[in-house]
Parts: sequence; C-alpha cells; structure tokens
Amino acid sequence: MNEFWSFITERYPDILLALRQHLTISFSAVILGTIVAVPIGILLVYNRVGWINSVVFFIANLFQTIPSLALLAILIPLLGIGVKPAILALLLYSLMPILRNTYDGFQSVDKGVLNSAKGMGYSAAQTILKIQLPLSLPYIMSGIRITTVYIISWATLASLIGAGGLGQLIVSGLGVNKPEMIFIGGIGAVVLALVADGLLGLLEGWLTRRYRQTRSAAV
Amino acid sequence: MIVLDHVNKVYDDGFHALKDINLEFKKGEITVLIGPSGCGKSTTMKLINALNTPSSGKVLIDGKDISGLNPVELRRNIGYVIQSVGLFPHMNIAKNVAVVPHLKKWDKEKTDRKVNELLDLVGLDHTIYRNRYPSELSGGQQQRVGVIRALAADQDIILMDEPFSALDPISREQLQDELIRLQQELNKTIIFVTHDMDEAIKIADTIVLMKDGQIVQTGKPEAILRHPANDFVRNFIGQKRLQSENELSYEIPLVDDVMITNPVTAFPNRGLAEAIKMMESKRVDSLFIVDRNKQLQGAVSIYRVLDMYGEEGKTVADVMIPVRFSVSSGSTLPQAIELMDSHQLSNVPVVDGNNRFLGLVTRGSVVKHLAEVYPNLAPPQPAGEGEPM
Repeated sequence: MNEFWSFITERYPDILLALRQHLTISFSAVILGTIVAVPIGILLVYNRVGWINSVVFFIANLFQTIPSLALLAILIPLLGIGVKPAILALLLYSLMPILRNTYDGFQSVDKGVLNSAKGMGYSAAQTILKIQLPLSLPYIMSGIRITTVYIISWATLASLIGAGGLGQLIVSGLGVNKPEMIFIGGIGAVVLALVADGLLGLLEGWLTRRYRQTRSAAV
Repeated sequence: MIVLDHVNKVYDDGFHALKDINLEFKKGEITVLIGPSGCGKSTTMKLINALNTPSSGKVLIDGKDISGLNPVELRRNIGYVIQSVGLFPHMNIAKNVAVVPHLKKWDKEKTDRKVNELLDLVGLDHTIYRNRYPSELSGGQQQRVGVIRALAADQDIILMDEPFSALDPISREQLQDELIRLQQELNKTIIFVTHDMDEAIKIADTIVLMKDGQIVQTGKPEAILRHPANDFVRNFIGQKRLQSENELSYEIPLVDDVMITNPVTAFPNRGLAEAIKMMESKRVDSLFIVDRNKQLQGAVSIYRVLDMYGEEGKTVADVMIPVRFSVSSGSTLPQAIELMDSHQLSNVPVVDGNNRFLGLVTRGSVVKHLAEVYPNLAPPQPAGEGEPM
C-alpha cells in the first residue's frame, strides 16, 4: 500500500499526462464518430434503396468485429504510429452504436407528428432539425454513452502504437514489473469510464428532461 | 373557393384512386367528405395542400392552379388537423400552437397574442396551459390544441382529416359543438373528412359522399337525407336515420330564425333619464344592458327605472336585474317557448357560446314567424287597421 501511495505522489505528473492523453484520444474518437455517424444514420433513414442500408450496416458491423489489436496494427502502415491512427481506429468502433441508434431514433418518431409537420409546411430540412433530431435525441445520446464507455476502455490499447494514455502505465508497469503502475492505469481507465458515463447521463437527462414522460405517454 | 377540375389519381401500381373528381368547396362553408374507408376521401382532401398531386386534372384555389405554387409555402397558408393530433411532444403548448406563425416569421409579440387568444377561445386558460406539454393534456384538450394550431396563422382554409374519430364519444360531441361555434365566429373554408354520418350531418354545410374513388352524391345534409341518390347512399345513411327524418314533415324552426335581431340595448354606464328617453323613442318597455363585447349583463324595465328615478347619480348598471333565463343560438323554438311558458316571461334573449347577446325571442316575434310559415292559414288582413303589434 505504501508503494502505491509513494508511486502516486512521486509520479503524479506522469499520471496526469497519461490521463489527459487518454481523454483526448477517447473523446476525439467519440466526437468525430458522432459527426460521421449521425448524418449517415439520417441519410439511411431517407434512403429508399434497400440494399444500401444493408451494406452500410454490414460495414459498420464489420468494424465492430475486428479485434482491436489487429485493427491498430493494420493502421500502422497506413497512418504510422501515434495519436492519429489510434483515434481513427477507435472512431471506426464508435460508428456502429451511434449509427444504429440514430437510425432507430429517427424511425421511432411518431408518423402522426411527421404527417402534421409536413402538412403544416415544414420543409424537409426543418423537419429533420426541428422535429426528428430533438425527438430522437434520447436514442442518439444513449448510443454515444455506450460508445464512450467502451472506447475509454479500449483506448488503453492505443499505447501499443505509441499514442500514450493510461495504457502506457500498464505497458510500462508490465515491463518493469511494478504492479502498482498496472493497477493505477487500470483503475484510472475504469474511473474515467464511470465518470464519463455519469456525466453523459446527466447531459442526456437535461437535454430530454421536458418530454421524457411525453414519449412514453404519447404512444 | 377551391375547385377540383377533372382530377384523376392513378398510382404507380395502376390503382385508380380518384376517378374524374369535379368538386367545388365554397368559401366560408364546412364541406364534409364522407365514405367507407378506401373511398378516396382523404386522398381528395390532400390534393388541396399538395400532400397529394393529381395524375391529371387541376386543383384551383381562388382561381389559381396550385401546381404552380411552392408546396411548402402553400401548406403554411392552409390549416391542417389530423386524427392522431400530431402535436410535437418536445414543444410546449404555446410553441405547438405557434408553429406556423413561427415558420412564417411573425414577430414574437403578435404570435404570443394570437396564441393566448386562441387558447382562451377553446376554453384552455392561457396562463395555465401555455407552458404545459402535450403529454400533460387529455385527448380532448390535445385535439383542441390541434384545431387551434390550424388557425394560428389566420389560414382561410382548414383541412381536417378525421380529427375527432380517436376521441371518446363525449369529447367528440364537445369538440363538434366547439367547431360549429368557432365556425360561426371565424367563417373559414373547412374541408372535413370523416366516416361517421352523424358527425357529417351535425357539422356539414355540404356533404360529399364518395365510393371507390368517385363522388356518389353532393348536397346539403337535409337534401341527402330526404333524397338519397341510390341504395348505396341509403345504406350508408342508415335506415333508422331516414325514418326519423321522414316523420318530421316540417322543419322545427330555430330561435335564430325567429328572434328579433336588433333588440334595443344600452351600455351599463347610461343614466336613468337616458334610459327612459331610449325606451320612449324605440317604444319598448325594457332595455337589455350589454357591455362593449356584447356580453349580456342584465335588463331593466321601465317600472324599475321609474322607481329609482329620484337618485340622480345612478346608472342602468346599478338598477338592472340579471337575466335569469336565456337560450343559446341553435336551440329550437319549442325550447324557447317552453321556457317562456313555464316562467311567465314576455321574452327570452338568445346568446352565443360566449354569452354574447344575439337577439330576442318575444311573443310577437313568435306570432310573426308562424304567420310567415303558414301564410295560407292566416286570415285576410283587415284593411285600414294600424300595426298589428
């Protein structure tokens, strides 16, 4: 236990640096993933050619199944090592849940609501921005939440391609046989994931606070 | 006025949904499109706001072919109410009502005023309901909001697609009554789709009966009940309704047909001497007191005014007696006569849903009406006599 505390007090600048790198990688991946996946999800809702949807969902699913270590390795010849390939790899993982939830969220909007919006003179863009997007926000947010939690956990692997982060502590700890280092890296990632989940949960509740009961009552 | 001119609708799969529809929707009237499901009534209605475009033929609004207009702009000028209400669950009631004014970029003050006015118009106190969410309202209240949402931008044309059919019978009746009342005040051109014949008879100025994409019969409810064009119409109306209609060999007159439409009224702040002067010049023995909104406040008789005449500072408002009995517009004459008879009244005021004074049924007006209805029965007028009344 003593070793543990002395490690924290001696090395806290390194720990903080690792934490910051970890956050940067994870959140860049999730934010970029959202920026890519939400519009694609919306396009798929409006797409009338059935097989395109199947293909896109298949590809997004495929990314999900590639082992993370392998994906990171594959990206090295393309993007080299460091933060960039790490973010790209994690971004690819984040696509599927956000895409799927955006799609489901848009599908879930009541047809009566859409009919009356159209009949009252909402343009297509206004319908998406003012009606469908706010109403599917709970779905999209929960997609982002799920993604964030496991992206934070997987980001520990990013240290293997030189992106740093909490994984760096684990890898170094293995190298020099310092269990407290491995422990700090692991616990750090867990705490980070839990805190991020909690904060996003609060954000989700705040964004949808007014009509949550509406959604269940209106059906 | 809206005209459908030789409209046909053929879907891609070859289904001929509308067959040579020619229709005229008159300004300020409620036209009800009715028929069994799949008859094309909804499809016909949706031609008007371009939710549906004709395969051939034209749709004209005030003489203008709507195919040349931007459909989004067109829809903002036409109110639209649907069965499932379609309120936006993430917006409060005020925002829901203000949807079209917002799309048309009205300023906030004008929009707010309109929203408050409309909420109050359908009996939803704006101070309470503005900030509520749709889920906090009952089905009937939600549909009231749905209806006023279609009026918010002063649209002249309102399309209503089975708006009340999802409601319980009591709310449905109430909303039908309210629609009739609103229409008396607002005079919109309303196209109303339903499959319920009772509803159609109750609210329609004109009924259009459809079947298999064709118009079977068009006419006033009365005309359709009396002269159904064929067996289909007869069946659709229902045998029971036809019989009850035939038993009534004459129309029961409404108080609106009988009442004097310009009774003598005075504002509450008139003095007593003025009141006497007015009664003198109009040759009446009592005055009805109304405020600026034509709300009926009370009545004073000449005897009452003379009793109190000594007190100079008094106004008619101080001496008037509240009106205990009145009938609402649309009541039948027998109801008014019953009231006058059982309470020994010489007259009974007619008010609308907002207690606004519309007219007065007096014994004289009843006799006059009867004389008009049965001219043959009236004895020849003795010559040389003065006014009969």
